[in-house]
Amino acid sequence: MSLLAVHELVAHYGDFQALFGVDVTVAQGECVALIGSNGAGKSTLLRSIAGLIPARAENVVFDGTPIGAETAPAIARRGIALVPEGRRLFASLSVEENLRMGTFSRRPGPWTLARVYDLFPVLRDNRATPALALSGGQQQMAAIGRALMANPRLLMCDEISLGLAPAVAKDVYAALRRVRADGLATIIVEQDIELARTMSDRAYCFTHGRVTLTGRSADLTRPQISAAYFGVK
Amino acid sequence: MNAMDTVVQGALLGGLYALFAMGLAVIYGVMRQVNIAHGDFIVLGAYSAFVVVAATGLSPFVVAPLTALVFAAFGYALQRTIINRTLGNAILPPLVVTYGLSIIIQNVLLQVFSADARSIQIGALGTASVALGAHLAVGWFPLIVFGTALAVAALLEFVFNRTSLGMAFRAVADDPEIAQVMGLRDGQLFAYATAISLAVVALAGVFMGIKFTFAPADGPNFLIYSFEAVVIGGLGSFWGTFAGAIILGVAQAIGFALNPGWGILAGHLVFLAVLVYRPTGLFARSAQ
Repeated sequence: MSLLAVHELVAHYGDFQALFGVDVTVAQGECVALIGSNGAGKSTLLRSIAGLIPARAENVVFDGTPIGAETAPAIARRGIALVPEGRRLFASLSVEENLRMGTFSRRPGPWTLARVYDLFPVLRDNRATPALALSGGQQQMAAIGRALMANPRLLMCDEISLGLAPAVAKDVYAALRRVRADGLATIIVEQDIELARTMSDRAYCFTHGRVTLTGRSADLTRPQISAAYFGVK
Repeated sequence: MNAMDTVVQGALLGGLYALFAMGLAVIYGVMRQVNIAHGDFIVLGAYSAFVVVAATGLSPFVVAPLTALVFAAFGYALQRTIINRTLGNAILPPLVVTYGLSIIIQNVLLQVFSADARSIQIGALGTASVALGAHLAVGWFPLIVFGTALAVAALLEFVFNRTSLGMAFRAVADDPEIAQVMGLRDGQLFAYATAISLAVVALAGVFMGIKFTFAPADGPNFLIYSFEAVVIGGLGSFWGTFAGAIILGVAQAIGFALNPGWGILAGHLVFLAVLVYRPTGLFARSAQ
């Protein structure tokens, strides 16, 4: 049975419909990539799963429980953590305080401040610094660390390479691989298609709020992805 | 009337204004909202203590912390039952609802207590003073108020900067959406913030009622003083708010010394000058 099952999910921003009946599953320990152009609905899907956009209970099933209608804090406490697009660190908190924010979901587990600092030593060196004084790559590490502090069962990463130099983005993904080594289920939204394919087990391509292509990442060909990406056949 | 005396008396008056202002600063700091009924809650605090003192004969200094406790519970319930329902993307609903609360409080007080001015008596302590040199004496009661304001500022700084609750307060003010994704329930946090705010407001109200006479319609003036102190001090620090209140008190005292009609005006002018030349305030910790 899959850890997360999204079924016929629709989402609206006011009068604008962003998702039209989307089905996505994530198995225990699996890494799933969401691919698609801007506005295709990838971030909307993550926001719906996190409880920031209302859905019906049965639209999102996590570990057998329908959670679609729950509030964001309740979903966080179930072990779904989001690394939001644009990092969204808390501006008036220090680096360490930002990391400690992850503990408000009150989930015990292997991730502690010490372990996050071992993963990202640069954060330990800057623990008392205001979070927004960090470089872009360091901020992204802090955002990932903050999500890990919640000891999630499902980690959702929204464009964690956005705005980073390629070398820095590589470092961030290398760290994510190490995080996933003990079998943490992960959803990544990534613009770099090659990076998304090599990182993930399976991929979903989104076009205009619909899933237009899905399959094992290793099996998907570039022409297939291009066709799905641009919505032309 | 020497200059030193004017400044010292103004600073002590500023201690009372600091208590007024810190309650407002708590709510603004967490919710980015202004409670329009803030001044009316100060007056309500004074009337509450007035009634309890009259009925029980207890010292106002015993009644003050009890009033603070009751107001904290009241603030928690008020936020959960009414004000949380007004919060959303629009900034107007909480302003309109707290404005409505302001009208209700003023009119209920008018109905129950009439428009007669009241005051809370503390006996000989009200006029006792301590001499500081040949030409300067300060009252014990204003010193007590000033010391209380200092203690409240230090306590709020501690809570906001050194505790998990304070960290959650700052996070939800920075980014309410992501704070929820972290597992924080913002409605609950807002209720804690209003509870803290109204506890401080109750203390401020009792001290105001001892220092001044008060009537049901006095609230809006206190709201303005509080707002001015917060703006002069700048956001993000209770010490800033405290300093802003002292500046406001000194400005009013100097204005009064020059001409009895200029006191309040002088305070407003300092506020406007800060707004024009340092809109983020004199001691802002963050430039938000």
